[in-house]
Amino acid sequence: MTKILGISAFYHDSAASIIEDGKILAAAQEERFTRKKHDSSYPFNAVEFVLKFTKNKLSEIDSIVFFEKPFLKFERLLETYVAFAPKGFGSFCKAMPIWLREKLFQKKMLIDQLKKHDPNFKNSEKIFFSDHHLSHAASAFFPSPFEEAIVLTADGVGEWATTTVALGKKNKLEIKKEIHFPHSLGLLYSAFTYYTGFKVNSGEYKLMGLAPYGNPRFVKDIYKLIDVKDDGTFRLDQSYFNYSTGLTMTNKKFSKLFGKNPRNPKSEDITQFHMDIAASIQKVTEEIMIKLAISIRNEFKVENLCLAGGVALNCVANGKILKKKIFKNIWIQPAAGDAGGALGAALALWYIENNNTRIVNKDDSMQGAFLGPEFSQSQIENELKDLGANFEILNEDDLIFKTAKDISEGNAVGWFQGRMEFGPRALGGRSILGDPRSKSMQKNLNLKVKYRESFRPFAPSILKDDLSKWFDMNSDSPYMLIVGNVKAEKCTDMTEEQKQLFGIEKLNVARSAIPAVTHIDYSSRVQTVNEQTNYKYFNLIAKFKEITGCPILVNTSFNVRGEPIVNSPKDAFNCFMGTELDRLVIGNCYLTKEKQAKKLLKDYKERFELD
Amino acid sequence: MEFIKEFWKFLKVRKKYWLFPIIIVLAIFGGLIVLTQGSAVAPFIYTIF
Repeated sequence: MTKILGISAFYHDSAASIIEDGKILAAAQEERFTRKKHDSSYPFNAVEFVLKFTKNKLSEIDSIVFFEKPFLKFERLLETYVAFAPKGFGSFCKAMPIWLREKLFQKKMLIDQLKKHDPNFKNSEKIFFSDHHLSHAASAFFPSPFEEAIVLTADGVGEWATTTVALGKKNKLEIKKEIHFPHSLGLLYSAFTYYTGFKVNSGEYKLMGLAPYGNPRFVKDIYKLIDVKDDGTFRLDQSYFNYSTGLTMTNKKFSKLFGKNPRNPKSEDITQFHMDIAASIQKVTEEIMIKLAISIRNEFKVENLCLAGGVALNCVANGKILKKKIFKNIWIQPAAGDAGGALGAALALWYIENNNTRIVNKDDSMQGAFLGPEFSQSQIENELKDLGANFEILNEDDLIFKTAKDISEGNAVGWFQGRMEFGPRALGGRSILGDPRSKSMQKNLNLKVKYRESFRPFAPSILKDDLSKWFDMNSDSPYMLIVGNVKAEKCTDMTEEQKQLFGIEKLNVARSAIPAVTHIDYSSRVQTVNEQTNYKYFNLIAKFKEITGCPILVNTSFNVRGEPIVNSPKDAFNCFMGTELDRLVIGNCYLTKEKQAKKLLKDYKERFELD
Repeated sequence: MEFIKEFWKFLKVRKKYWLFPIIIVLAIFGGLIVLTQGSAVAPFIYTIF
């Protein structure tokens, strides 16, 4: 049995994973343990978890792979400074101390940190370095159900590459084409994230969520920033950007083009202008992704597509690629961001470097992304007792019935079951659930439970077999990475008067039979739930359907704004007591808010830095 | 020492010998910046990491 440990760290979203003879056993992000969102530090806790879960000591691991090559990154950094000199002196002064003190010596840093897990670990020859985009591509191709596929990866930047096209066949995966820094679709999207006043690297979701409220009237202007060829390849006009040499994403020329300075989130509200900007950049991103998809489809004549990299988390663009039927099948790595690099790096070593045979798993080798920690019933009970929680223990049938009934009566429920998800999405392991038929659920969940902006949409979890009855989709979307439209017969047309309402006010208008998960443009980021990967969650939705006739639940991650998704029963209880969640269901333990001691209520909202 | 060996190997593989004098100058320059600064903690800037 060959065991490989994959690590991604020191940029953002540190993570660790472990595979055994190519089988994915465990993976987790460091942020879930340290409770620091997008934690980029060495993933000590995540490594500890994957080792403990697989009952291994570090000295028993055959190889350790880091997800990218620090020297290549340094090369890119230096060449960029040389290319832009003397511009960029300020950025250089900020970057050099970090690189010369730490980042250049990542191998030594890694060895020092690894020794903390197991003092017997000595063999530094076991450590390998993958390529950032190869790690992404491997994380998308090797777990996919395809024998052969074309793999498209796109993100901000890795070493040099920002976009790659790779061809995967059996156990081979070869990068065929690359677009290099500073020309980056991810950085273009992030530039607009910055410009609209959201945090780069985490606010991209918000920009995507804001887009449907706007009118894409700036598309023409955006095409002044980016020259897109017919095959989807592109170049960014650097005179509008500042990220190569400066400390911001955009510059004055950029602001002049759109007529406003970047929004200051502390003093300025989101206006129709920002919504129009969001709609425009979303449209351009979709157009580029579609062009890229069409050109690689025609060039390589392969009918399967795999996607990874931060841009692959743009589920609206993914939905459009799917809808256009450019490829017969699409598979997207659920941990498409840098965390997934930990998994991809390990898989790349096993298949590409070690040349091991790959047996394609048609089911789901990512196991529903449930690759994180789990807690036994007795562990949950002990932890809750220690916290002073008041709970009852129910058998599974009662638990499912009571929870489904609670949801149908308008309660917001914290749902904590089985192993934690790997990747940014909660898929029914660490979720907050609600009734999608409720007109007030979206607003209430956003403002009273999640403490986040009221414009942000929620996603539906639907029983797999009911998908095409409710949404304009036929293919499975188990990882909530594809957006589809609510079926026309389930939608309600807005009156002329309602159409005139200002963006966010439209949210108060019930636009379908499931308003809580219907975005302003009738779209939904759908998760299909099947019995094999998520038995308990499947049963809960089935029971909800039995009670209400609706096979759908609102599913949002179990956290508040700025907080990583809960990992342990303690995290879940803290979140429960710090928000207006009505019920908490952990394992077979059932908690109601009214029965908890008042002194246990927490001021939770201010605990996490806003993202 | 091992680091220098590895870095030299890296330059050989990448055939970027021309970077070497630049790296020396930058390293000295960067070293000076390091010495004159108290901490290596800098604000998060997207592309320099």
